[in-house]
Amino acid sequence: MNIPMEHGILLAAILFSIGLTGLLVRRNVIFMLLSVEVMLNAAGLAFIVAGAARGQADGQVMFIFILAMAAAEVSVGLALIIKMFKIFNSVDIDKADTMNG
Amino acid sequence: MKELLWLVVAFPFAGSLILMLIGKRLSRMACAFVGVGSILLAAVFTFIVGVGFLHNNPSSVPFNQSLWQWINVYGLTPNIAFHLDTVSLTFVFVITFVGALIHFYSAQFMWKDEGFTRFFVFMNLFVGLMLLLVLTDNLLVLYFGWEGVTLCSFLLIGFWYKDSANGYAAQKAFIVTRVGDTSMLIGLFILFMTFHTLNIQDILTAAPSTWLVSSGPAVLTAFLLLGGAIGKSAQLPLQTWLPDAMLAPSPVSALLHAATMVTAGVYLIARTHVLFELAPLVQSVMAMIGAATLLVAGLSALNQHDIKKVLAYSTISQIGYMFLALGVGAWSAAIFHFMTHAFFKALLFLGAGAIITVLGEEHNMFKMGGLRKKLPIVFWTYLIASSSLAALPFVTAGFYSKDKIIWMSYASDKGSLWLWLAALLGALLTALYTFRMVFLTFFGNSKTEPTHRPGAFITMPLVVLAVLSFAAGFIELPATMGHFTLLSDFIEKTLPAANTLHFSYATELLFQLISIATVIIGIFVAYKYYYNKPFPAAEPERNKLQAFLYNGWDFDLLYDFLFVKPLVFLSRIDKNDFIDLFYKGIESLMGALHKVLSATQNGKVRRYAMSIAIGTIITLTILLFL
Amino acid sequence: MNIAFYIASVLAIISTLLAITGKNAVHALLYFITSLLSVSVVFFVLGAAFIAALEVMIYAGAIMVLFVFVMMMMNMGADGVKKERALTTPSMWIGPSIISLLLFLEMFYILTNQTSQSITMLEVQPDAVGKLLFSKYIIVVELAAFLLTAGIIGAYHLAQKEKTIHHRFLQNENDNL
Repeated sequence: MNIPMEHGILLAAILFSIGLTGLLVRRNVIFMLLSVEVMLNAAGLAFIVAGAARGQADGQVMFIFILAMAAAEVSVGLALIIKMFKIFNSVDIDKADTMNG
Repeated sequence: MKELLWLVVAFPFAGSLILMLIGKRLSRMACAFVGVGSILLAAVFTFIVGVGFLHNNPSSVPFNQSLWQWINVYGLTPNIAFHLDTVSLTFVFVITFVGALIHFYSAQFMWKDEGFTRFFVFMNLFVGLMLLLVLTDNLLVLYFGWEGVTLCSFLLIGFWYKDSANGYAAQKAFIVTRVGDTSMLIGLFILFMTFHTLNIQDILTAAPSTWLVSSGPAVLTAFLLLGGAIGKSAQLPLQTWLPDAMLAPSPVSALLHAATMVTAGVYLIARTHVLFELAPLVQSVMAMIGAATLLVAGLSALNQHDIKKVLAYSTISQIGYMFLALGVGAWSAAIFHFMTHAFFKALLFLGAGAIITVLGEEHNMFKMGGLRKKLPIVFWTYLIASSSLAALPFVTAGFYSKDKIIWMSYASDKGSLWLWLAALLGALLTALYTFRMVFLTFFGNSKTEPTHRPGAFITMPLVVLAVLSFAAGFIELPATMGHFTLLSDFIEKTLPAANTLHFSYATELLFQLISIATVIIGIFVAYKYYYNKPFPAAEPERNKLQAFLYNGWDFDLLYDFLFVKPLVFLSRIDKNDFIDLFYKGIESLMGALHKVLSATQNGKVRRYAMSIAIGTIITLTILLFL
Repeated sequence: MNIAFYIASVLAIISTLLAITGKNAVHALLYFITSLLSVSVVFFVLGAAFIAALEVMIYAGAIMVLFVFVMMMMNMGADGVKKERALTTPSMWIGPSIISLLLFLEMFYILTNQTSQSITMLEVQPDAVGKLLFSKYIIVVELAAFLLTAGIIGAYHLAQKEKTIHHRFLQNENDNL
């Protein structure tokens, strides 16, 4: 019944890379936000694995905080997306490049 | 009564200050009153102070009066203090007395001019600064006075500023004099470094024990001070500014460029005579410069047609005589010639100014003529002054002073036959050009009619100065003619006597007869060529040699070639400021970098995310594998 | 129990991949919810039962639902799929894939260089978590409260309806209309 810790962290790493790829590729804002959520989830998984490896509850506490932060971020991010949709009438993020130079 | 010395200096400054502050609100009469009155009071007080100084003071112990301390830093403590001895008393007397007469003259001369008040502000300021120069006891205040009179000269030459030629002449005077001032300043630096004080008497007492005769520092310092004197007194090679300064009003030419300012160099050398005695090389150079200058200027004066230019070159020539005298060690002869020259040259300039005004601003002598009957007072005073300038024997002051210098240039232990010949030739030239001027202006047919007679205030100074030009010589008669040595005794209480080699009376008499004969020959030649000859009323035609002499031996062209053209050439090369290219390069490099870096900020979020990812990879790589 | 871990992890990876590469937004979201549920199973296996429950409730239950709501507001529909296809071409995947692959390889390298440590799989009780929250990490709890408050206020302000501004003389007219 022993799962090596590396496997758990490896799972987290794979999920993180997938999320990063999604962030870099997709132009739809919603998909980008989704990819960020994937990455956050992967990071939380890594914390849980580390906490479980030592039998401490600190990992779970960290995950709770990550969860809280993700919730706040999603709400504000979605509000921004709504705003952006109203202004640019599209969810293509490349449309919002006026802050250049 | 000697304590009233400070009033002599204070009155001109006070006059200038009053006119500066409230002159606009005063009437013209009130301005004239203040302007002339301040110098008149200074002259009166000079007389009082002089009497007080000479009273009960047989050996003429110098009188020091310290007013306040000016600077106190690092051992340099110049005070506003006055040192009155026989030399400075002579100079003060000439400055205030001749100055007062010239101020009377200029009150009427400039009466109709719109800058009347401004004129007197500058003139009073000049007299105040000149008095400060000759009375002060330390070299720093002397330098302050030196620069101050240059400034007043600049202001007064460019007095009629609406004509730009006057401005250029003023600039030229300032700049050329500045060259000399710089060398003098370096000399002052060396003096302070060596003696740690700039008090003149302290330096003069400490110098013989600090420097050996003809040692390096002594010669160097003497050369630098000589450079300053050359610039101020318009000697070779810095004489080019004085003929151009004749654009000033005639009273200015009389006061500054004849009687007082240009003799400041003579005063400086006489004051610091100990330093020059420690450097015999410099003294002989000084004598040679004086001799060369008097010949160059004399030949140039012979070719001029403008009456004031003749007088300008004549001034340069006469100061050459003074330098010659200083160079051979005849200190009192130089001061004597300074005094007589101040009288007759100021008179000549004032007379020329009167003539020019009544002829309607006509400067060309060839257009004048026949003024003998029309302007009798001007004619007789002018004739007396010209005779004094030409050293007409026995009856003029100029004869006694110039003759003394000519004799000393041979008889002194630093003199030589060549210097004597140069001085003699100079006397011939002086007589020639002076009487050429007189015959052209006053004799012959009248080509321009005078519009009016000059007023009383103009003729009164002329008369007084004429009397002085006649009588002032009698205070110093040479050994062969009565041996009356009032002035040289007076001066020799402060300055050393000249060392003469021993000559018999007969030799001296012979040399004097030769110089008298030279003068007579000169006057005769002028008579033969210029008396009652019909000249065309125009500028004369000149061949190449005459044109060369007319242009003052083309010194202006030489300096233009040596200094002005290279400077303009270099400025043209640097027209686009290529020296700043280095800084412009930095600026454009920054601009290019900015363009490059700003391209990375294109506003696209995915680009930023990608750069974060790549950055993470690179950092991890470095941490893991390096 | 180990099998459950590996099956759940494979499920999580596959559903995440499908979520990332999906063209239909709602479908992608639903795939992601699946991924979250699989990760929750992994949490269970690791002994963090409390967290597994929290993940389902908060992450999958609240945050994703919020996502779905906003998606509905966008109203993308069938056009959305076409637009998405236009936006993401296959060639665009190459570059970022390489980058992520590099990153993953580095992380893999770090992991394999460590000494192996096995998970004890002790079940950690929720009250241990609670005790820690209120003793050791109390400051962080307060900070999280700040964060959430800021999130609420920010979200409310940003999503406000913009007021149309009439001239004050026209105000009454508009009101009456």
